[in-house]
Amino acid sequence: MSKKTKNICTGIAILLAIVLITLFDRDVIGNAYVKRVLNLAAIYAIISVSMNLVNGFTGLFSLGQAGFMAIGAFSVAIFTVPAEYINSIFYLEPMAPWLAAIRLPFVAALLVGGLIAAGLSLLIGYPVLRLKSDYLAIATLGFSEIIRIVFTQMQTITNGALGINRIPGITTMWVPFGAAAICIGIMVLLIHSSYGRAFQAIREDDIAAEAMGINLSAHKNLAFAVSSFFTAIGGGLYAALLTSVDPKQFYFTMTYNFLLIIVLGGMGSVTGTVIASFIITGGLEWLRFFDEPLTVMGVTIPLFRSGLRMVVFSILLMLLVLFYSKGLMGQKEFSWDGMYAWCKKIKGRLSGLSKKKGGA
Amino acid sequence: MSMDIFLQHLLNGISVGSLYALIAIGYTMVYGILLLINFAHGDIFMMASYFMIFAVVDFGLPVWISLPMIIVLTVILGMLLERSAYKPLRNAPRMSIMISAIGASYLLENLAVYLFSGVPKGYPDIPWLTKVINVGTISFQTVTVIAPVLVIVILGALMALVNHTRTGMAMRAVSKDFETARLMGVRIDRVIAVTFAIGSGLAAVGSVLWGAKYSSVYPLMGVMPGLKCFVAAVFGGIGNIPGAVLGGIVLGLGETLLVAFFPGLTGYRDAFAFVVLIVMLLVRPNGLLGEKEADKV
Repeated sequence: MSKKTKNICTGIAILLAIVLITLFDRDVIGNAYVKRVLNLAAIYAIISVSMNLVNGFTGLFSLGQAGFMAIGAFSVAIFTVPAEYINSIFYLEPMAPWLAAIRLPFVAALLVGGLIAAGLSLLIGYPVLRLKSDYLAIATLGFSEIIRIVFTQMQTITNGALGINRIPGITTMWVPFGAAAICIGIMVLLIHSSYGRAFQAIREDDIAAEAMGINLSAHKNLAFAVSSFFTAIGGGLYAALLTSVDPKQFYFTMTYNFLLIIVLGGMGSVTGTVIASFIITGGLEWLRFFDEPLTVMGVTIPLFRSGLRMVVFSILLMLLVLFYSKGLMGQKEFSWDGMYAWCKKIKGRLSGLSKKKGGA
Repeated sequence: MSMDIFLQHLLNGISVGSLYALIAIGYTMVYGILLLINFAHGDIFMMASYFMIFAVVDFGLPVWISLPMIIVLTVILGMLLERSAYKPLRNAPRMSIMISAIGASYLLENLAVYLFSGVPKGYPDIPWLTKVINVGTISFQTVTVIAPVLVIVILGALMALVNHTRTGMAMRAVSKDFETARLMGVRIDRVIAVTFAIGSGLAAVGSVLWGAKYSSVYPLMGVMPGLKCFVAAVFGGIGNIPGAVLGGIVLGLGETLLVAFFPGLTGYRDAFAFVVLIVMLLVRPNGLLGEKEADKV
């Protein structure tokens, strides 16, 4: 394919996406439910790409996404909840007065959450990232639990287990999709910079990378901090989408959603991750029928009851790792050439099939 | 705080620590051989508790039959897990195996929610474990004393196994150098299977003692003990069996005494282990009894 055709294709794709989002946003097609799922998928895309930055591109194993999300979500909740509601929300114990005095616009609250998360990630990263990456998995998992426990205890700041509701919601689909475009764009730029090359060198062989003069701990910390920053941004958007947060939502099993997304999309592929976050978010909604009683021709099948959906979900995760560990894209990115070759292959297979049928 | 209250907490801490030690041994042995954090270990512990409920409550079996039975069942479950989730990935990148372990753990948890519902069930009462003994002003359950004694006996048996039998020698060889051991004719798969069997068996023993102490069984009960026991294994020096026991007891004792001395911190009890982990990794990353090893190129 020539460069010109590719540019035209990209242009058309972007235009199509803008038209589609506008149509959804103006309620021309779809409904509130579809809109919500799409918004959620866009937010999950931010968090999954930032998880992939650490797990897929730098080769570290971090499981703290739920904790960093919680920081972002509570930052948005605490700083954007309108002053007139504060007393009715914090009815057990009043909100700390110094905190109640600070009201921030949405974007500022998002950034504050991101910066706090990045700062905390450096605090854990400094002792743990010098060691083998296994310790990072346990330390981040533990950290996300600590965050949840601390948020449950801090009654005057986070309203404890009750959580915070009446958070000003997201009014247009352009907020999550615009944020996703900006955040993922920044991460793509980072991946293609000399820092990103260093991340990938560390992933391939950290000893060789160190021999080439890459400062291992500085680069690992950078990847981890950037990832935590964007995870918290995603968490903040999540809080605004749901308009209510409580610490229970950020149980560490939440991280497994993003793990499934990056495994399906391909460890080390941004486009794969974005595609997978739409597939998984949509798929998880679609799988909801597993949780409801199923009646086929008057016979109720006893297998279908509450809880089956998550069983299917975890079996999918295992099957993916065992038999399809490269995921959709492996370490490759989406390209029009790849798309063209893939279409040709499918076409070839189809015509091969029809020929066989004709012969028999 | 008076002396007898302090003694009471001390005793309690040691018994909680012994339970952690039993589970931590499973983590440390698997890590020593496969360099894998067996995330599903805590869930095997949870499954063992459900097996006991089924044997005693639903099938009405006497305790002396159900005890060996649930240990055997748990061992089978552990070996089945190794076969289906870890063995196919032996030559895959480390991260794939770790994700598979997480998948297995999540599958066991969700399966338990689906099959047994999320509502906590009561653990069957085993009179000789839950009987209360009074010594002076201190009162405690028999399990409080049985647990540490049992841990010491098991530790002795395990050390004998590892240091003086052919299987133990194979285990040590595999944990030193996987590839070389394989080339020397050690049957890797068998050694790994035995390791999982021992770990799961100890998790089953741990679950019985845990049940006598806490008596509530629910699908996510294995998560917290699982994570904490991994911390205990790291604390003692991962791959080192006496280290895991020491780590478990120190962690259990620390946690109990923290809550006893600072009742205001009760809510933070579960966070204690992770703070210990991070401090430990800063100060002495190889653990209390671990050896320092150089990175090989």
